[in-house]
Amino acid sequence: MKQEEVNDKSRRDFLKTATIATVATAACGSLACSCSSKKAGINEKVKLLSPDGEIVEIDSAYLNHQEHMAIVSKLEAREGIAGKKFVMVVDLALCKNARKCITACQKWHYRPEETEWLTVKLLKDSDKGAPYWFPKQCFHCDNPPCVKVCPVDATYKRQDGIVLIDNDRCIGCKFCMAACPYSTRVFNWDEPDLSFDIKNLVYNPETGIPAKVGTVEKCDFCPDRAKEGLLPPCVEACPNGVFYFGDENEDTVTNGSETVSFTQLIKDRAGYRYMEELGTKPRVYYLPPKDRQFPVERGYESLSDDLKERFKEYKDIFEKKN
Amino acid sequence: MELNNYQQEAFNYQRKTIEKYGKRAWGWTIFYLLCIIAGAYALYLQIAKGHGVTGMRDNVVWGLFIVNFIFFIGLSYAGAIIAGILHLSKVSWGKPIVRLAQFMTIISVVVGPVFILLCVGRFDRLHHLFVYPRIQSPMTWDVMAVVTFFAGSVLFLYMALIKDFAVYRDAKLDIPKWKQKLYKALSLGYRGAASQKRHLIISQNLLAIIMIPLSIIVASILSWIFGMTLRPGWHSTIFGPYFVIGALYSGCGVLIVAMWFYRKMYKLNNYFTDKHFTYLGYIMLVLAAGYGYFTFSEYFTSWFGSEKWDGELIHKLFSPSEYGWWTLFANLAGIFIPILIVAIPATRKPNWITLVAFIMVIAMWVKRYLIIVPTLETTLLPMQDTRTEYVKYAATWPEWVLTIAGIATFLLFFTVMSKFVTVVPITGLEDTNNKHQESVHPVIKKEEVQPA
Repeated sequence: MKQEEVNDKSRRDFLKTATIATVATAACGSLACSCSSKKAGINEKVKLLSPDGEIVEIDSAYLNHQEHMAIVSKLEAREGIAGKKFVMVVDLALCKNARKCITACQKWHYRPEETEWLTVKLLKDSDKGAPYWFPKQCFHCDNPPCVKVCPVDATYKRQDGIVLIDNDRCIGCKFCMAACPYSTRVFNWDEPDLSFDIKNLVYNPETGIPAKVGTVEKCDFCPDRAKEGLLPPCVEACPNGVFYFGDENEDTVTNGSETVSFTQLIKDRAGYRYMEELGTKPRVYYLPPKDRQFPVERGYESLSDDLKERFKEYKDIFEKKN
Repeated sequence: MELNNYQQEAFNYQRKTIEKYGKRAWGWTIFYLLCIIAGAYALYLQIAKGHGVTGMRDNVVWGLFIVNFIFFIGLSYAGAIIAGILHLSKVSWGKPIVRLAQFMTIISVVVGPVFILLCVGRFDRLHHLFVYPRIQSPMTWDVMAVVTFFAGSVLFLYMALIKDFAVYRDAKLDIPKWKQKLYKALSLGYRGAASQKRHLIISQNLLAIIMIPLSIIVASILSWIFGMTLRPGWHSTIFGPYFVIGALYSGCGVLIVAMWFYRKMYKLNNYFTDKHFTYLGYIMLVLAAGYGYFTFSEYFTSWFGSEKWDGELIHKLFSPSEYGWWTLFANLAGIFIPILIVAIPATRKPNWITLVAFIMVIAMWVKRYLIIVPTLETTLLPMQDTRTEYVKYAATWPEWVLTIAGIATFLLFFTVMSKFVTVVPITGLEDTNNKHQESVHPVIKKEEVQPA
């Protein structure tokens, strides 16, 4: 009897603690949500808690607004934006492997450092050809080999040209990864390391957040931002305006500072699609690296030793010049 | 059930094998179970910690598991084709080995698909394959193919067993009640009446006719999981027939090895005669030549055309610092040596044939590895990755343990099934006419050793 009483008491204590913990967690969660969903206007003062425990008031313009747009339904995320045909143009003459696009992309999608949805390769087309930096994201092909092979319709092509993945449906068979000739897709081999509030966000294919273990993910052209009329973070972050993003139907693309006609740009600069011969019909066009703004070494010198290691087969080219 | 003398003889000879689960069988069973438990632990780790515990990474997305899948499912298709042809053709020598071929079919179609499930990142979502099937996907074709094939092969084996179950039921075997009851239930009241006989033989013939093309179709679909992608070494028009003949070839090897083991263990020399080894050896030789021809066509066209990525892949396969030695082993032990051993009359002996068949089966497994991994390591864009495990695939211990567990399951099923039904079919022998019977199955002398 006594034993039972003790048990009972300890159970009640436990329940009490658990309830408090749950309430506290829920409060924190909702707080986190409300913080991230409320958009602060420019020049508005925002109160923040400093690491020392003091409340400081700063101008919201100094804050980096990391917020994901309103959640759309799964069906809406499958259909895409009517009347749009998103397209990207990458100007290879301007890239110096500053890697700002990669950092911005990873920050926006809460991806760890090694998981690059967007990578910058160093290509050299022939023995005598000159190496050049080649940013590569998902090509959002119009004839996507990845979509064709998905057994559960988890990855799909939308009417606005974007290829997305529904990570609530993906079974993780990795067939799409084997089928993608550009090795664009990445897999969550282990439980993604995400903060509490990110982990508890409602998943949506348009944001791709939170990442889920055992599923495939890739560059998504940031449709949530496109809906709000914003450019993808890679486009915004590039210091040289390498990326032009826009709508093929409107025939306009912009790199943030200049807005040009898509067809004119492709015509003037002899734009091409990478590996056209595969018949995948990519939605990403490249402008050949003619009249380059930067010597190719510029992108190598500033790299950390870790990253330099990636291009070790080109080492002699870079070291010779130094 | 009425049996003729010859069938009665065959039954009496094998009766002990299904009456008693001997010490040796228990020993092996426990050993296999231990292997499977080790595999279960590896599987637990993989589920709990994610696929990070395997050697698979973003470039080489499939590894040992898919190799095992192709290997086992290939055996299954081969078993069905061999059993189907032996059933339909009225060659009397083939009848005793039909059941072994069917064992192989049913066991590998259970073991094989487990391995493709191991490649799947989300076990909890497997039902999506049926809830949201996407018909364009070769993976969906494969799911449908394997499920159909599984149903077909279960029926095919069962049809062939009904008459034997009736024999076991009527034989007053020294076995526990539940087993007696099970035989009774499974025999479906078969008494050997004329109408029963007729229905059964028609169903069996129909199933055999269905199973042969079905096996060819499903083996091709399996190959198209790879053939439909745009990867060097996979995107090939001959992949369908290449996989069909590869499956048949390795299946023939496993059948020879299984025959040798059962002949040894159950002393079935009168049923699995030297002639069986010679005949299956001939079939193996023809298949080896066919497989060699396909392999040569694959390598030769890739190399001669020397497209960039094909060239890279061929270089990987043949350079000694990468897969060169494995390629040499796979083609030497997998194609040349079996042809040589069977072609030379001096070595055309059961032990020799079994030995080369065994090594050939291993070589064929290696061949599957060489089809899968080097291609995945050959990306169209340069990898430029510093993480070594992303660049080159190396199987980790959970993958090896699960592979061993798969082989253990395969052998465990063989052990258990051969204790439940006789390895040599009893009633299946009825088609042999007396003339052939004498030449292929010499009458057993009473004083000969009984199996343990």
